[in-house]
Amino acid sequence: MLSSALCLSGAQAIAPELVRDLALGENEAKVKAIAAVVAGGEAGALSLLQALQDGEVQTAGDRVLQVKDNVATDLVTGAAVQPLPEPRDEVVLNNRVRRDLATAIAALKLTSDDRATRLAAAKELQRGADDEMLPAIRRAVDKEQDAEIRSLLTLSRATIELGSPDKTTRIGAIRALAESRDPNTKTLLLPLLDRKGGDFVEPDSDVRAEAELSLRAVENRLATGEMISRVFSGISLGSILLLAALGLAITYGLMGVINMAHGELIMVGAYATYVVQNLFRSYAPGAFDGYLIAAVPVAFLASAATGIVLERSVIRFLYGRPLETLLATWGISLILIQTVRTLFGAQNVQVENPAWMSGGVHLLSNVVLPYSRIAIIGFAAAVVTLIWLLLTRTRLGLFVRGVTQNRSMASALGVPTGRVDTYAFGLGSGIAGLAGCALSQIGNVGPDLGQSYIVDSFMVVVLGGVGQLAGTVYAAMGLGIANKFLEAWSGAVLAKIALLVFIIVFIQKRPQGLFALKGRMADA
Amino acid sequence: MNAALPPQVATEFRRTLAAPERPLLTRGGWATFTVVAYVLLVLVPALNLLLPASHPLHVSDYVVTLAGKIMCYAIVALAMDLIWGYAGILSLGHGLFFALGGYAMGMYLMRSIGREGVYHSDLPDFMVFLDWKTYPWYWSFTDHFWYAAMLVVLVPGVLAFVFGYFAFRSRIKGVYFSIITQALTYAFMLLFFRNDTGFGGNNGFTDFKRILGYPIAAPGTRVALFVATGVALLGALLLARWIVTSKLGRVLTAIRDAESRVMFCGYSPLHYKLFVWTLSAVLCGIAGALYVPQVGIINPSEMSPANSIEIAIWTAVGGRGTLVGPMLGAFVVNGAKSWFTQAFPEYWLYFLGLLFILVTLFLPRGVIGLLRGRR
Repeated sequence: MLSSALCLSGAQAIAPELVRDLALGENEAKVKAIAAVVAGGEAGALSLLQALQDGEVQTAGDRVLQVKDNVATDLVTGAAVQPLPEPRDEVVLNNRVRRDLATAIAALKLTSDDRATRLAAAKELQRGADDEMLPAIRRAVDKEQDAEIRSLLTLSRATIELGSPDKTTRIGAIRALAESRDPNTKTLLLPLLDRKGGDFVEPDSDVRAEAELSLRAVENRLATGEMISRVFSGISLGSILLLAALGLAITYGLMGVINMAHGELIMVGAYATYVVQNLFRSYAPGAFDGYLIAAVPVAFLASAATGIVLERSVIRFLYGRPLETLLATWGISLILIQTVRTLFGAQNVQVENPAWMSGGVHLLSNVVLPYSRIAIIGFAAAVVTLIWLLLTRTRLGLFVRGVTQNRSMASALGVPTGRVDTYAFGLGSGIAGLAGCALSQIGNVGPDLGQSYIVDSFMVVVLGGVGQLAGTVYAAMGLGIANKFLEAWSGAVLAKIALLVFIIVFIQKRPQGLFALKGRMADA
Repeated sequence: MNAALPPQVATEFRRTLAAPERPLLTRGGWATFTVVAYVLLVLVPALNLLLPASHPLHVSDYVVTLAGKIMCYAIVALAMDLIWGYAGILSLGHGLFFALGGYAMGMYLMRSIGREGVYHSDLPDFMVFLDWKTYPWYWSFTDHFWYAAMLVVLVPGVLAFVFGYFAFRSRIKGVYFSIITQALTYAFMLLFFRNDTGFGGNNGFTDFKRILGYPIAAPGTRVALFVATGVALLGALLLARWIVTSKLGRVLTAIRDAESRVMFCGYSPLHYKLFVWTLSAVLCGIAGALYVPQVGIINPSEMSPANSIEIAIWTAVGGRGTLVGPMLGAFVVNGAKSWFTQAFPEYWLYFLGLLFILVTLFLPRGVIGLLRGRR
């Protein structure tokens, strides 16, 4: 312990009567002594208070000793005491003294050279600092270089100064609070504007006006923060929806195939990620953080292969009979679910985030953007860009677009529609696998994973319309953001219901979705 | 897509609209109908109630309840066949109407528990748990059986009518219709899962004590419910048969095969579709109301999209557009389900999944089609 080592040299600087008050005095005297020790700021103050907190301070008669490992030191003289005097009493602290002691230690620790210690101390002070700590805090604010600690300390200082009898000090404190990024400042400012029995709690009108201004500034900042985090989580949800629905948009748009097993292809991708993770853990634990890089192509290939098998073995025979396809693919989904249950068990499996995904960006005091969500947004954007390039810049993309627009004409011009179907279905399924890989990083991975996304992905496709990538993107983002805003207003379940109802109504007005391909078909 | 109909469809189309009036049931049909009615309404109740449990011909309570439950499903399959087999509209939300009928009946059953719940309160246990003091407004009058029975018909009926009116008016059809019906039942499931909705949340309604004053678990009550379900099933079959043999039914079939042509002939498909859609929902509601007292529980999982899709497979297995087929399908699939989930629970989903695939690939006309094809 650093403190006990220092105490030998440092304790003498503190006045002996203070030390006696601390150990032998009544609670009231102890509290005063603690404040005096902090205000004095002598070199040994921290170690003395620390020893008191750790229960190392004992008394024998009117001598005050620090007893540690059966070695006693007289705290007034600093001399070692041999042998241990008997009987000794422990210094009893009640809760109030204990609390004061904790803040006092925090105030003293503010002068520490270690940034982490100072930060912890500043946070401790947030929980409650007394007027007596003010000089220590003021000293610390003046010296502090680190911005985060400085802002915490400024807030503590302002909190204490709000109670100051001096008007200019109070106004200064209020101004300081307005600049703080802490969401709690609002609760500090609000009481200033309260009335108690007709009179304002704060008698001075200048101070009240200043408080009102500050409060408005704080509220604005909080509202901005909430707005940002809501939009962000909306975009994040939208990206998830987009990933889940993108593959569906391709298979449905191209072949008119309602693939009810799409959710299960997402699940296959998630389980592929799980398998890759386990392989890395067993065979390459050093490269564990990089497993996602390997999992992305594996998830794509696993789901794409499953999709191609399905297309060749079942779906191919049902083209042009969408309702039957719907039922058959539902059957496939049941089989896939049960297969996964048999292979991996019915319980959810653990997919760990790589270390670089934990944590987040502190944008504002009440806004934290987690890296995992940022990664998913980026991933969704990358996938959409790639798919867009594939559809618009490659020969396969040209064929796919041709078949989507007019199957028989494309066939007549020599497009091998059967093979295009297989590739496109594989592509759509592979994207579902990518979605599964992404979802494994933020949610549970279990056999029922796909079921929870299938209705949502269909809603996105229905809303966005068929055959246009942009429609899917807008629909997913719109639904995601709308969902988050409604959620704040009405709760998660009602928000979801409201959106489903909205889509049902929307379909009445625009049965072809937001973006429909223009054509001349009577029935589409 | 519909520009040129395949010739066989066109011929069938002309034939359907111009066919002469068909009899309600053929002579053989009536004979079978009578035999089935005798078995359901006389033989099974007698074998259950009059014979001692040790007698080889005794029908156990378990079988009566299971058969009663499956008959409810058969009514649903029949309703599904009306809308899917004859009008070509695949609903993935029929579980919703079934559950709504069940909930309406469940409200009555909950109120007839009286003060015998865990908390000995006038309110159902879940409301006591939520610290509610009075019944919400939509629970008023549900202690009267006839009012609850009216709700059984009205709630699914009105919901289906309103939903169907808007959907059919905008000419939503095919998979789009299927998907939005699925979204509808999903939304309702989420709604009913909430405790605040006032329908018992996750747990739904259970622990019923009596119906119309009779103890609900007594053998006599069970058989009475069984018979009531049998009557409902046979009645629904006759009604459905009457509809599909009438001109209305033929227009429906025509809409299924070539909606645009029917419109060009001067018919407005909206009313035909809306009628059969609403009727189908009401039948489901009645089936749900008969189901709840026999099974003794209703909860929101009945509204899950998966349940509604299963209804479609009963219909497909039996054979769409045959009325008898879907009823048969409901018996076959649900019988297999009870057997599988007891004997090898882990293979049930494989079986069900394969059933979905094989029936759609190889048996587009279902079991009935297979039987008729052989003959």
